[in-house]
Amino acid sequence: MNSSTYTQFVASKRMGICDPIHQIGMWGDFKGSSFPDTLILEVENCLESEMPIMEKRLDNETEEPSHVTVGRSNIYEPETSKRIDKLYIQMNRRLAQNREAARKSRLRKKAYVQQLENSKLKLLQLEQELERARQQGLYVGGGGLDASQIGCSGTANSEIATFEMEYGHWVEEQDRQTDDLKSALNSQIGEIEMRILVEGCLNHYFDLFRLKATAANTDVLYLMSGTWKASAERFFLWIGGFRPSELLKVLTPHVEPLTEQQVQEVCNLTQSCQQAEDALSQGLVKLHQILAEAVAAGTLGDGIILPQMTATIEKLEALVRFVNQADHLRQETLLQMSCILSVQQSAQGLLALGDYFKRLRSLSSLWSSRTSEPA
Amino acid sequence: MDKVQRMASEHGVVIFSKSTCCLCYAVTILFRDLGVDPYVHELDHDNDGKDMEKALMRMGCNASVPAVFIGGKLVGSTNEVMSLHLKGSLIQLLKPYLPD
Repeated sequence: MNSSTYTQFVASKRMGICDPIHQIGMWGDFKGSSFPDTLILEVENCLESEMPIMEKRLDNETEEPSHVTVGRSNIYEPETSKRIDKLYIQMNRRLAQNREAARKSRLRKKAYVQQLENSKLKLLQLEQELERARQQGLYVGGGGLDASQIGCSGTANSEIATFEMEYGHWVEEQDRQTDDLKSALNSQIGEIEMRILVEGCLNHYFDLFRLKATAANTDVLYLMSGTWKASAERFFLWIGGFRPSELLKVLTPHVEPLTEQQVQEVCNLTQSCQQAEDALSQGLVKLHQILAEAVAAGTLGDGIILPQMTATIEKLEALVRFVNQADHLRQETLLQMSCILSVQQSAQGLLALGDYFKRLRSLSSLWSSRTSEPA
Repeated sequence: MDKVQRMASEHGVVIFSKSTCCLCYAVTILFRDLGVDPYVHELDHDNDGKDMEKALMRMGCNASVPAVFIGGKLVGSTNEVMSLHLKGSLIQLLKPYLPD
């Protein structure tokens, strides 16, 4: 008795269906076992009538064909043998065709689902665009120029949509890390693990700055507007994010008593931070002036002509450097702070920051529900 | 480039800038806040400006301006200046050039 399976095929013409057949094994193995002529006939008929053959795999155990009449012993005649061989070839081919058809069908389904997903994303983007357009207005100047003439592209919008999605994930991870810090500080974890946790949190902030750098290149005005942040956070916005010196003020009280040297260092850091912020702010004021002059220039009544607009847009692009510089300042402030503080203190500081931002977001939600119009 | 190095060595604190560059303006403001009076050279008002820009980029300033030199040595661009300042090192570098 060999372990290969053999075909078992029953065609029920009356019902118009085929019962599942088992994997075709070595037909040669059938030689010597009982195999009714009627079965061959039925298989041939099925193949000719193009009825579907379903394949079902068996365990390795062999089974007696239940429909074969026990006790009938046919020894193969050469004629039968030939027909069996032909059947084998034909069925094999049919099964292969079926497999191929099933595979193609699966691929088509996959492509269709992918298309659906893409359409869904496009719909989301269009909805967002519409919302933004409603809030901000789409037309520029008396010349009747609209955004499409200045070169806004669908790609930019999808990149912004991606940024908003990634920022959402960033916030979720931020909250998770804040919780981790809380539990770590409440338990007795070792310094090495604490250090890893702190570094993870710092790197997470740095990830945000990387995200923002990409978004700044796509649409710096969008980034500067802070629409991607919660409403209460927007109130504190400084060049597209939080003010570094404010951060220091938030976290210092929550940190374990500082040594005298640390107090001095934190004081120096705060002052340097403020000086750097002031310098950047003043640079931005100058950019405002230059832009305002560019937009205000030209003779009255001609709206804004395209060449002038293009030059103004180039000036706007200087904003990208400012946003990048502000983020660099944020990054350096966090780094410096982690150098001044011990690992434990850094963890406490980062926890304080995480809680602070969480509270700002909660405040924003409360605010929205308070000011939302009745349905 | 010679002209860049020459000008950098002629004054204690030198900032290569462009009149249209607001970030350069920000760096200049910072130095003034710290008490020094940097020598600001506007490259867009210099005939050799383009060459000097290229020289500065070769020296390592990705954005060409602002390029800060203290005591004839290249400190860097805005990033470097900001980092040094937060560490407290900038003020140390500037000490010799602060008016008494």
